[in-house]
Amino acid sequence: MTLVKIDKKNWAKGLTAAADAYRLFGPVRSKDHHRFNELEKGEMPDLNMVNTRLSPKALLFPQSETMLEYSLDESRDDHHIMKAVPKDDSPRAVIGIRPCDAKSTLLVKLNFDTPDVKDPYWLSAYEATTFIGMACDTPLSTCFCTTAGCGPYHEEGLDMLVMDQDDAYLAKILTEKGKTFADAAGWKATSDDTAAFDAGKTEAEGRIVSAIKTDNLADTDLLELHGAHFWDDVAFACLNCGTCTFSCPTCWCFDIQDEVHGKSGVRQKNWDSCMFPIFTVHTTGHNPRDTKTQRVRQRFMHKLKYFVDKYEAGIMCVGCGRCVRQCPVNIDIRRVCEQMNSFKPADACTAQG
Amino acid sequence: MENPYLPYPVRIDDITVEAEDKSLKTFKFVFLNEGDETKYAYQAGQFGELSIPGKGEIPIGIASSPVEKGFVKFTVNRAGVVSTHLHNMKVGDIMGLRGPLGNWYPWEQLVGKNILIVGGGFAFTTLRSSIVYMLDPANRPKFGNIDVVYGARSPGMLLYKDELVEWEKRDDINMHITVDATDDPDWKYNVGFVPPITEQKAPQGGDDTYAIVCGPPIMIKFTQPVLEKLGYAHDHIIMSLENRMKCGFGMCGRCGIGKELVCKDGPVFTLDQINKTPREY
Repeated sequence: MTLVKIDKKNWAKGLTAAADAYRLFGPVRSKDHHRFNELEKGEMPDLNMVNTRLSPKALLFPQSETMLEYSLDESRDDHHIMKAVPKDDSPRAVIGIRPCDAKSTLLVKLNFDTPDVKDPYWLSAYEATTFIGMACDTPLSTCFCTTAGCGPYHEEGLDMLVMDQDDAYLAKILTEKGKTFADAAGWKATSDDTAAFDAGKTEAEGRIVSAIKTDNLADTDLLELHGAHFWDDVAFACLNCGTCTFSCPTCWCFDIQDEVHGKSGVRQKNWDSCMFPIFTVHTTGHNPRDTKTQRVRQRFMHKLKYFVDKYEAGIMCVGCGRCVRQCPVNIDIRRVCEQMNSFKPADACTAQG
Repeated sequence: MENPYLPYPVRIDDITVEAEDKSLKTFKFVFLNEGDETKYAYQAGQFGELSIPGKGEIPIGIASSPVEKGFVKFTVNRAGVVSTHLHNMKVGDIMGLRGPLGNWYPWEQLVGKNILIVGGGFAFTTLRSSIVYMLDPANRPKFGNIDVVYGARSPGMLLYKDELVEWEKRDDINMHITVDATDDPDWKYNVGFVPPITEQKAPQGGDDTYAIVCGPPIMIKFTQPVLEKLGYAHDHIIMSLENRMKCGFGMCGRCGIGKELVCKDGPVFTLDQINKTPREY
């Protein structure tokens, strides 16, 4: 592990130099919020932000991604034969990703990179990406990362972690990818000020005012929890709008759709949501999750129970608080987690079928 | 890196209308590229994604058997956008096929056991694959008694009629074909729903006997108590589930029944396993 000190005067110069070898992505201001975009030549990431409205998951998992293409023109030899579209897998770097969003990438990886099957679109984008994280000194009141397996200076999923020291940045190089990027940026001045990092971390963690408890989730019986009495209450105000799933950095569900224009067509992968009835409806009209309560329960059970049991890698949540802030009816995963974690099977009532 | 979204190109080699109301057709596909058939090595009980460019994909159980070479067959009910389009396609048309997907009936575990197959309606496809597999001369000695209860609404709705007649004639498989009702005076098989016929004809359960059940929900609902009465333990009742699917290999997230995914951890589960899920299918 190496620490590098970057004088702020050399920051833009370094990124401009790195841009010769990398496509750069970072937070930019868009109306009243920030979003992760590809940076144009000379454009700098705007690090003066709180969390972005949408997570940067789209950098690896675009909201709509073309996977295959084909021609329906029967005069062509290859008509109706599907082909993978070429992808730009040249090196890219995300500048200013928050530690919570970086950690979420590793949780999503559990889904797209399995021993048996790999999603080549997600995985090749992931492998091409260097994650340059910005330590989070400005957490919001809705942030609960420190009790969600993460933290404002958390390093998992990052190649480099940068902290702001007013006139300079202090960067911790965490991986070989991180080192390659620092070299490309010409950031060479090493530092031994690990104390500054530790102090920043302690201070930032002290600013996290919100917490969850997850210690009982793994040991609680899955079916008992599924049949718990509180699901109708949790779902009561839900509009099934899907804002929570779209803003969530760990939600990975998707749909596959064909789009045809004239005689040429593409097959796309699009974000989908367990909040939508059509997500599970059979062609017969039968729907295993027909009611709002069933769908809301699926979202929380997936994140806080099924995932916990399946991967033994904690909860499928990094505590970024986006769903809490953006839910139009104030459904709060922290409260639901509390209900689930403190649930005693004796509470199970007979009302739930 | 293998691309699991990319289908093998196939050509429709033959189309058989299976049901009197023309709602069911069997499509025989041949692979366009040499070598793809080998890559598509499957087991009875698995499914594939039939992939029509411009329309989409449908997950369908493989009706041909691993012992049949040179083609792969699927029997499709005309129901939605893709299956309706497929029903209007013709021999020679090009489309795609993904798979094989999902798990299969536990053939290793079934060696030396008596097998009861209970099927209803057009869910008989992977059961047909299984029967052809077990009756193959190389495989038949591996299994004990084979009993098959298969029912459809009417004689004209039974799938694979030629094969049913052939199997009726054999002495190494006990066929119990039934229809819900018929006014055909020449009908010489059973009349009645699958559950009561199972109760009358199926062998007793036990350590050495397994039931493989595939059919519409209503049939499964009323067959389960019959099998329990006959002495089949829940880990000896093997079922194949369906749910809405897209990817078919465990990533898109919609077919979950609790922490299990029907497409990847299934579609084949024992009743014992299903009892431990929230049964969201």
